[in-house]
Order: sequence, then C-alpha cells, then structure tokens
Amino acid sequence: MQLYINYKNWIIGDKIWSSLEVQVSSITSVIIILALLILIFKKDLFSSFKENDLFQKTWKEFNKSLGGKIALIVLALIFYSAFMAPFISPYSPNAIDYSNMNYTAPSSVHWFGTDDFGRDIFSRVLYGARIALGVGFAAVLVNASLGVTLGLIAGYYGGKADMIIMRLIEIWNSIPFILLALAIISALGKGMINIIIAVGVTGLINFSRLTRSIVLQIKEKEYVLAARAIGSSDFRILFKHVLPNSISSLIVLATLRIGISILVVAGLSFLGLGIQPPTSAWGTMLNRGQEYLIQAPWMSIFPGLAIIITVLSFNMLGDALRDALDPRQLD
Amino acid sequence: MFAYIIKRLLWLIPVLIGVSLILFVIMEMVPGDPASIMLGTNITPEAVEALNEKFGFNEPFHIRYFLMLKNFITGELDSIYYNDQVLNIISRRLTATIELGILSLLIAVLVAIPTGVIAAVKKNSIFDLISMFIATIGISVPAFFTGIIFIYIFSVYIPILPSSGYGGRIWTLSGLRHLILPSFALSTVMIASTSRLTRSAMLDIMKEDYLVTARSKGVAEKKIILKHAFRNALIPIITNIGNQLAMMFGGAILIESVFAWPGVGRLAVKAVEYRDQPLVFGSILILSILYVTVNLLVDLLYVFINPRISYK
Repeated sequence: MQLYINYKNWIIGDKIWSSLEVQVSSITSVIIILALLILIFKKDLFSSFKENDLFQKTWKEFNKSLGGKIALIVLALIFYSAFMAPFISPYSPNAIDYSNMNYTAPSSVHWFGTDDFGRDIFSRVLYGARIALGVGFAAVLVNASLGVTLGLIAGYYGGKADMIIMRLIEIWNSIPFILLALAIISALGKGMINIIIAVGVTGLINFSRLTRSIVLQIKEKEYVLAARAIGSSDFRILFKHVLPNSISSLIVLATLRIGISILVVAGLSFLGLGIQPPTSAWGTMLNRGQEYLIQAPWMSIFPGLAIIITVLSFNMLGDALRDALDPRQLD
Repeated sequence: MFAYIIKRLLWLIPVLIGVSLILFVIMEMVPGDPASIMLGTNITPEAVEALNEKFGFNEPFHIRYFLMLKNFITGELDSIYYNDQVLNIISRRLTATIELGILSLLIAVLVAIPTGVIAAVKKNSIFDLISMFIATIGISVPAFFTGIIFIYIFSVYIPILPSSGYGGRIWTLSGLRHLILPSFALSTVMIASTSRLTRSAMLDIMKEDYLVTARSKGVAEKKIILKHAFRNALIPIITNIGNQLAMMFGGAILIESVFAWPGVGRLAVKAVEYRDQPLVFGSILILSILYVTVNLLVDLLYVFINPRISYK
C-alpha cells in the first residue's frame, strides 16, 4: 500500500516524508550523487579505457573545465528530480490544501511556500522539470531531424538544391522564431504537442547551416569518394559516412539549443499560449506568480530560478563540450 | 560595395513575399471556414456570403493571397476582435514598440561593449571575473523573469519607478520613466552575450602581431586598444548583435506583456489569444518587416566598418 500513499493523500496534501519510497529514493539519490562525484573527480578510475579512444580523449578535455563538471552534476540532479518527481515531491503537484487555500510563505512544511490555491510550490517545481526537459528535448529532436536532413541534402547535392533550400530556410528565418512559433500556435491551438511542433520547426537555420558546412568539408574526402566508387548509394554515404563525422558538432549545438528551447517554451507558457494549467510548467507558474508578485513573490522566484539553473547548466555543458570536442565549424 | 548594397536591398523583395506567404499559409491552416470564424457570434448566411465576396475566400489560393495582401496594405483588412482596420490598430502601437526597441538596443550596446573591452584589457581582474560571471548567468535568464524581478525590486521593494504601462512619448519625463524598466529588462540578454563576445574578440585580436608592432613603435596603449584592436573586433561583435536580434524581437513580446506595454508584440499575443487571424497576420508581418529591416541595417554596417571585405 505504501506505493499509493502519494495518490491517497492528494486531496488533503498531507506531508509524506516518512513513507518508504521517499526514504528509498533519498538513499538512491545520495548514491547517484556520490557515483557522479567519483566519476568526475576521481578520473584515474577510468584508466582501463583504451588510449586514444575518442570518448576518453573527450572526457579528459571535458574534465579540465570546472563549469562543465558542475553543470553535469546539476543536470544529473535535475534529471533525477524529473524522473523521480512522484517519489521525492512531498505533495502532489495539484493537491489543493483546503484547510489553507491561500499563498503561504516558505516554511519547514512547504519549502518553497504555496501558491494561491495552497498548492506546494516545491512539488510543482519538481514536476515542472519533467515538462521542461520533456518538451525541450522533444522540440530539439524535431528541430535537429528537420534541420539536419535539409542541411544534408543541401550540402551533399549542392548546386540548385543547395541554393533553393538555403534561401528558403533564410526566408523562414526572417520571422523571429518566437513570433513564428506564436503564429503556428495561433493556427494549431494551444497545448503541449502543438508547442513542441511550433518550437521544433522554428530556428531550423542553426542545424541546417552547421550540417551543410560539415557535409561540404567531408564530401571531398577520399573515403567518401571511395565509397561512391564501390557503388554505395547516396543514402548509405550520407548516413554511414557523413553523419557520424558530424555528430560531435551536432551534439554541442543540440545541447545549446535545448537551453534556448526551454526558454522559448517557458516564455510561451508565460504568455498563456504554451502548456496549459493546471499542468505545473515553470512558465505557467510564473504567469500566475506575476499576479501575486507583491503579496507572494516566492510564487515567481522559485520557478524562475528553476528555469535559470536548468538553462545555465545546459549552456555551460554545451560550452564545455564545445571546448572538449573542438568542433571548429560552430564558430 | 555599391553593388552589394543594391543586391541586399533587392533580396528584401523575395524575403518580404516569402514572409507574408508563410504567414498566409499558417493562417490558412486554421480549421474551419474563415468567414464564419471572422463573424464569430453575428453569423448569418448573408454575412458569410458578403465576407466571402469581400475577401475572396471562394477564389483559388494565389488570388486569395494577393487579395489578403492588397486588403492589408490598403487597410481594408478588419480585425475580428477590435472592429477596426488591422493597419490602424498596428500603426497606433508601432511607436511604443520602436521606442522600446531602440532604447534597449542603445542600452545593450552602450553597456556591453565597454564592459567587454575593459574585461579584455584587464583580463583576470576582479572586474573581469565578476562581469563575466554575471554575463554567463545573464544569457540563461528569461527576459520576462528579469522583468518580474525588476518590477519587484524597483517598484515594489524600493518604489521609485512605475511597474507597468505607457507614460507618453520617449522625450517626456513620464514616458522615459515608464520606459526604463522594460528597456533594461529587454536588453539584459543582449548585454550578456555581447559583452562576452566583445571580450573574447578583443582577447583574440590582442594576440595579433600588428599590435605587438604598434606597441614596440611606442604607440600609446589607449590608442592601441581603441584604434587597432577595437576596430577589428567590431566585426564579430556586430555579427553577434545581428544574431541576437531575433531573440530580442521575441523577448519584446514577453517584455511588453510583463510591463503591459501597448506595443505590437503584446497586440500579437492578444490576437493569438482571441484567435483574431487577420490581426495575427498583420502584427507578425509588421514585426517581421521591422526585424528584416534592422537586420539589413546591421549587415550594411559591415560595409562601412570593414571596407576590406569584398563582396562578390
């Protein structure tokens, strides 16, 4: 019965710190943090890796940047809280405290205080991490797959195809991407899937330009010529030879784009056009928080800090990865 | 150089046609019959027929597109929610947006570039470390959150500036006071990224041989930094400002909403909320035209800053 205790208490919103799964999850969280610390600061444990292994080389470079390491730990914690939100959050995110249906300041009972419905902000911020990461990743996935495909075609076939695709993307990019997302939402309607589509199809130019420039460099390499000489299809050359060689640059760009996507999604949700209440997304919480800024500033501060910390970590991780992988094409 | 400017100006034509076409196609994607959506609750078969006639909804796609553009430009396109011409509604709010944009851009450039230059010249000093630390965080802060924090600090905690609204034109005292918080909030992201980039561009250039030469000739340090290093660093700095403009235009709609600023950005958000498709089309088109124009000006700046670049 222990497992269901969260849901049993969701109306009353009782504190459930003592329950079994909370203890289990706090122990696992400590183990995960310790493992990460060992992984990052005791790198000699990794000497069993092959020398000259690309992964190890990258890791060695990555280890030099303190910012990257901190970002990795913070992101691991954010991922952990997103995955384990039902177990580590002290209350259900939508549990309304009927005994106290008003905002209360942060206290030992409600760490981040409660909002105007008496919902626990700490729990809502934890659940918000799920939405932010989920929507951010999905949007970047859509964005990357479209952008990379267009970039591959433009770079590989060159000539007219290249010119037409790149010009069209340039025109597509002439609408500032938040405005384009706004226009798409106005046509498709609000909601999570639509916001993923809207953010996913805007700003294609970053991925396609990067992919195109890499393809142009790789296209003339001997092994691509050799592959073509033995009769490999274009598809095989693109996905077996060209794409694997561009993956490190793409990872760096994707990491940086996740931060931007989270910002844009939060912005649209803040405008009331993104993720709809009562889902606890950070932008939605800020939207509500601004109305109560004078009486209950904690309603704005905590979700805002969550956005900043998450985006900052992705940006710092991206910078550190860029230094480690050294894909010069990005600059 | 002249040919390049002409070429860039001519490129505006396909861009503007493309942008309006994209927005038109997005509008066409709205499910349902456009005439009945426009009429809302006052729907009668005659009214639907009249609107179909007026906007040519029964015509083929390309004619509908040209009619829409023509109606927009001549001002005959009506908003659904406001009962007024789209062009009128937008032009009443355009000044507020332009004031906000120009002041933010000005603040961004005036704060970011000196900060970056000083940070580069005094590398690893306290100023460098602190300003770059703030800049790193600044990139990750959503503009609307900066706005909320500014309101909390400067109008709630220490009530010295108005928290929202429009106070009049920029040259009046009240107008300027209302403009300070939103324009600073909007410029934060650009300040953060431009100062970081200015610093790294300056550091890159200060390693160059010609600066060593200048120094060994006995040129004053001030002159070396401003005349030799800074002029060459300007090119990546301007590229970055151009890249950040899209983020700034997007940020403007958020900042306008936070500060209840009566600009086109807030209008666009309201139009999306009310599902007022003609107004969505008009406001986003106008903002995109502004963006494209500013971007073009930034691009043309290259020609004046660096005449060495030869354009094919």
